Amino acid sequence: MDVRKDFPILKRKIHGKELVYLDNAATTQKPQVVLDAERDYYTNHNANIHRGVYVLSEEATNLYEKAHEKASHFINADFQEVVFTRNTTESLNLLAYSYSVWDLQKGDEIVLSRLEHHSNLVPWQQLAQLKGVTVKFIELENDGSLDMESAKKLIGKKTKIVSIAHMSNALGTINDVRELGKMAHSVNAVMIVDGAQSVPHFSVDVKKLDCDFLAFSAHKMYGPTGMGCLYGKKDLLENMKPFLYGGEMIREVSYEHTRFNDLPWKFEAGTSNIAGAIGLGAAVDYVSSLGMESIEEYEKELLMYGTKKLSAIPGLTLIGTSKKKGGIISFDMKGIPPHDMASILDADGICVRAGHHCAMPLMNHLGIHGTCRASFGIYNTKKEIDRLAESIEKAKKIFKV
Amino acid sequence: MTIEQMYMENIMDHFKSPRNYGKLDKPTITHHDNNPLCGDELTFQLIIHEGKVSDVKFMGHGCAISQASASMLTEKIKGVSVEDVKKLTKEDIFEMLGIPLSPVRMKCALLSLQVLTAGVAKYSYQL
Ligand SMILES: Cc1ncc(COP(=O)(O)O)c(C=O)c1O
Repeated sequence: MDVRKDFPILKRKIHGKELVYLDNAATTQKPQVVLDAERDYYTNHNANIHRGVYVLSEEATNLYEKAHEKASHFINADFQEVVFTRNTTESLNLLAYSYSVWDLQKGDEIVLSRLEHHSNLVPWQQLAQLKGVTVKFIELENDGSLDMESAKKLIGKKTKIVSIAHMSNALGTINDVRELGKMAHSVNAVMIVDGAQSVPHFSVDVKKLDCDFLAFSAHKMYGPTGMGCLYGKKDLLENMKPFLYGGEMIREVSYEHTRFNDLPWKFEAGTSNIAGAIGLGAAVDYVSSLGMESIEEYEKELLMYGTKKLSAIPGLTLIGTSKKKGGIISFDMKGIPPHDMASILDADGICVRAGHHCAMPLMNHLGIHGTCRASFGIYNTKKEIDRLAESIEKAKKIFKV
Repeated sequence: MTIEQMYMENIMDHFKSPRNYGKLDKPTITHHDNNPLCGDELTFQLIIHEGKVSDVKFMGHGCAISQASASMLTEKIKGVSVEDVKKLTKEDIFEMLGIPLSPVRMKCALLSLQVLTAGVAKYSYQL
């Protein structure tokens, strides 16, 4: 993809070498259009939104609501169905509080999988302790995909919530959340999709997926940090209590009572991250202009190339080899701890992540302490993958393995 | 600094053949800690006899720097008085390793000292 010129940071040299950024699952770099959108807001339109009658406030409100429109349109949702949050983590916590705290009873069950990110595990685990509900985990196949038989067994009459990552940040597995949603709906449970890794990399349509909730983060899709989304079906969001209380989320307040605002504002208490929202809107425009199908296809090509290149290195084991995978390669190099590998790659200007990838239970389950992970974005190239492979060879020389 | 300088011969030697690796029978002190950033883990066990470290062993896993640092530290403190062990500083560890380290990797290098001093402090407190 001819996009490298759009990302100013890619001109940087690290330790005198050209930057090779392969940590896109953690966060992506930002294109100039996103930087410009935030800057333009602060430079020309900065004001608080929704209550001002003056021009600046009207402009800021327009920009903010436009961002809402773009975000909801992007995943084929209605305007009222997308709430702005800080990130995926906050979106999932919002659900744990606003949906689950009120609706779950002792004895109910929540079904997750063995490969969830801490963000889609810890909130449920803590809620379970509070409410006396049980959390169950869908087992994995050897290649890191979900064992759908195990899912069938676990999702049953007691299940109230099924919450699953659309794509694993640790292994790259893409999960069939549509099928899991059908299982959830057949027992009247809600289906929550952690879209942190999917929404940035392929087209996600909430109507086609028929999920009840979807959470994602702007910073993993070329947008700003501190900005996330929660999609929820309208009737569900309408019947949920607010998460945070205060300004903006109200319609009418007396000393005794409060009537809450309409969707989506009911869930956006306090002054929002206005600049972040505008940045997200710009990021949505940017990836849409490239086309999600093209992005998916390009990253698949990188994945295939990288998989071939890295698996040819003696001693290197791929962790996560599901047939349905996104652009993430997790690997273990025999005799080289992941952090040493990452340090040696860094010396060549290559950014990868080492460790448990916020999935400590998964690493324990797999019987490993961590992996090295290269994750791809739209600006990565095959040449960069060649450099990664060369640098891994260099690490092998240093460690004499 | 080049990356080869960080992974010098003696670091690799201690990483690949750690000294005093294992468990002690009746340790006076056992202490465990980890570095959440890297997932390095270390357990130190010491036998204190007449105010001195008469034996020491460590176990753990993690990056080469953390494990080599632990191995070298066990050699350094064997036979040393508890009082002197307490006086060990970060600088002593950096000097012992003798390699350039980035701030992130300093944490790996210092885990050994952290586990050791916390264990010794716990022991002294109980006396
Ligand atoms: C699958 C998955 N879920 C949730 C998160 C949490 O995202 P954030 O840190 O933006 O809240 C991540 C980020 O690493 C992720 O990869």
